[in-house]
Amino acid sequence: MNRRVFFLLALLPVSLPGAGQTTVIRNATVLTVTKGTFQGSILIRDGKIVEAGEKVLVPEGARVIDAGGQFVMPGIIDCHSHIAADSINEGAVAVSSMVGIEDVLNPDDIDIYRALAGGVTTANILHGSANPIGGKCQVIKTRWGKDAQGLIFEGAMPGIKFALGENPKRAGAPGGGFGATPGLRYPASRMGVEDVIREAFTEARAYQKEWRDYQAKLDRHEQAIPPRRDLKLEPLVEVLEGKRYVHAHCYRADEILMLLRVADDFGFKIRTLQHVLEGYKVAKEIAAHGAGASTFSDWWAYKAEAFDAIPYNAAIMVRKGVLVSLNSDSAELMRHLNTEAAKAMKYGGLDETEALSLVTINPAKQLSIEGRVGSIEPGKDADLTIFDKHPLSNYAKVTKVLIDGEVYFDREKDLEERPGKEVRKKALVDKLKAQEKKERKKPEPTEDKKTEEPGGVQ
Amino acid sequence: MKACLAIFFTLVSLRAASPDILLRGATVHPVSGPEIADGSVLVRDGKIAEVGARIAVPKGARVIELKGLHIYPGMIDSATEIGLTEIEAVREMSDISEIGLFKPQLRAATAVNPASEHIPVTRANGITSVITSPGGGIVAGQSVLMHLSGWTMEDMAVRAPAAMRLEFPRIRMPNRFGASEAPETPGRPSAYAEAKKRYEQQLRELNDFMESARRYRQAKAAAGADFETDLKLEAMLPVLDGKLPMLIRADKEKNIKEAIAFADKQKVRMILEHGEEAWKVAAELKARNIPVVLPPTFRLPEEEDDPYDKPFSIPGELSKAGVKFAFASFGPGSEDNPRNLPYEAAVAVGFGLPYDEALKAVTLYAAQIWGAGDELGSIEKGKWADLIVTDGDPLETRTQIKQMFIKGAPVDLDNKHHRLYEKYLAR
Repeated sequence: MNRRVFFLLALLPVSLPGAGQTTVIRNATVLTVTKGTFQGSILIRDGKIVEAGEKVLVPEGARVIDAGGQFVMPGIIDCHSHIAADSINEGAVAVSSMVGIEDVLNPDDIDIYRALAGGVTTANILHGSANPIGGKCQVIKTRWGKDAQGLIFEGAMPGIKFALGENPKRAGAPGGGFGATPGLRYPASRMGVEDVIREAFTEARAYQKEWRDYQAKLDRHEQAIPPRRDLKLEPLVEVLEGKRYVHAHCYRADEILMLLRVADDFGFKIRTLQHVLEGYKVAKEIAAHGAGASTFSDWWAYKAEAFDAIPYNAAIMVRKGVLVSLNSDSAELMRHLNTEAAKAMKYGGLDETEALSLVTINPAKQLSIEGRVGSIEPGKDADLTIFDKHPLSNYAKVTKVLIDGEVYFDREKDLEERPGKEVRKKALVDKLKAQEKKERKKPEPTEDKKTEEPGGVQ
Repeated sequence: MKACLAIFFTLVSLRAASPDILLRGATVHPVSGPEIADGSVLVRDGKIAEVGARIAVPKGARVIELKGLHIYPGMIDSATEIGLTEIEAVREMSDISEIGLFKPQLRAATAVNPASEHIPVTRANGITSVITSPGGGIVAGQSVLMHLSGWTMEDMAVRAPAAMRLEFPRIRMPNRFGASEAPETPGRPSAYAEAKKRYEQQLRELNDFMESARRYRQAKAAAGADFETDLKLEAMLPVLDGKLPMLIRADKEKNIKEAIAFADKQKVRMILEHGEEAWKVAAELKARNIPVVLPPTFRLPEEEDDPYDKPFSIPGELSKAGVKFAFASFGPGSEDNPRNLPYEAAVAVGFGLPYDEALKAVTLYAAQIWGAGDELGSIEKGKWADLIVTDGDPLETRTQIKQMFIKGAPVDLDNKHHRLYEKYLAR
């Protein structure tokens, strides 16, 4: 080989996802969500959708995925999940904005693969709901097999979790919860929840001013000492400046309105209301604020604040002009968000596209990643889920999932690999058993150590 | 006065004999036999009087035209806590569990609230009867099979009791948030050793309890009229006599095998409840005709290295092995909604369970397992007219339930959720 050619080849960015690879998905029913549904093909190059239409020329050398009789939809997006993280709740303080999910991402969590096998390609991983102001969130792609860094959805807006109602006030109740130290942790009521948030943003404003004053002095070329960094307040300043999204866990109508008022008073926006089970009661106010709503399809009555939850919640909010998504908050529910979407057709009469939007383009907009994912359009990431039947049917199952144009889940391959995995598992178990047996047989060393230990015992 | 009485009796008799109802022009899915296109079902005195392609309109019958729609038997959820709990997290609203380990005298039927909001919400999706069970301890109490309609338990009950529920002893490790996480110290038994000891103790107590019940039966048979009744042991007699099945909760392979051995030894009729690993014991279950109330299909695999779709494929595997089973929601709870029972069945179809078997496992098989195969579960002459009218396959989410009949009476499908929907949509 010519040396120069070799050198050039070595320079190729081989590590880029799907680099240089061209793929065509053929003969599928393509549910673009934003541009209608058609029978045709999708051309993918360098991890991006290049073309989607009834007639797409297959370039020479392209990998062809024949999806005859099958359905392709955009990879499903879950706006509320707790998979892929080693810990979720920092409950010892009422404001835990100093902690973040990014630091505890666990790429080995099997729930990532399970979610992937349910067609999910993007998820918003949230801190828990133990505190009025919780930790920072992390948007990931379900790139199973990659390391923690490889999971991160590059360029997604940072977020932070807030929580209202029963969960954050639980630590203030006798008996405590969420790792609260013995004794009680303020707050214990919805009044206290509001107060904690107002106190925190009052502090954050003062902190923001310290830094602005410092910057102004620098701009005037005056001598200045930088303020001490405050890792708790920094994310809140980012919220005030619109650089970090608030995803707020809430249930009851009153607490929803409380948070919208607080946000209005401090001049920031609530990006999404999470769960928001009584959102249907105050949908007008939510729409007026511009908050999105990310809800369960039909959970109810598992706690007092969920007693007025109704499965029509998503549909009412859609009809009243709220940007709505359906989320899982559960590693199990996450596996079938497609049929969760179908419930919004049953309860409230959304049409197919509106229903599919609840788990694709709408959560993408809520996370501000709709330029990248959430629909099948040229220029977007090739994050695609292929179902053997219409994804709104309970009989449908996922056959393949692509992320950045790469196949991350292939049901056939999964089935083929099972016998081999069984054999390998059995070999490991047998080895362990043999080792145990050997150790049991070993004579007990006598006290004066006359028995020699056989070598090589680790 | 006489006239008054006459009018009174006329009113009573009018109430008792509601007019016949003829459902006509629908596709009838009897479940027990082939579907009947353009079929009819005649309802009389709460029962199914006739099923067929053409049925003459009896005099005075109310005719309901159902062209383009489908009639199915109402669905049965084989494990719920409906009526015993309203809001899971609120202690005051829960009557599922009582203090003590052996409580066979306790009856779920006693504490079911017929005005529970869960009843109309659940039946709105086509579920017409459920099993409601007590929990906790070892012998938890008596389950009830009931219609989801009625002013009182007397109206609702199909089988009260339907089974004696037993939570089979198992090795329960302390909660990982519990205090027993302290490192093992020499001379002190490990947490596992303690848990195992507790389990062995409970197993002995259970066998002793069965033995006590047996001796009580002997003593009662031998004694005279002044025999002193023991309510606990008395409640066990139908179980010992084989009249009442034991609904035994067991999940792991070893635990299920122990439960089977127990049922063999004690000669009780066993229904396996939950049985996560029933597929590992399929041959034994089949050989002994032990039916299974399946755990929710929508659940995560038990083991990290189980195939991702294991819970979805188990019903198909059990069906292939010839094990009889019914689906169940184990709700109400956050993820366990009894109204989603049909979808628990549907997902298994995508992973290998024949459709007809899925439908039977939420209707006919459930009725048979609960000893009510002659009363519920299919559209056959002589059974209760528990019927649903749909615009399609009831196992599909998008299908709407249009009408419902329980014991032959039209049932209002309105419920708390729909009322709130209308109220706030109009805001």
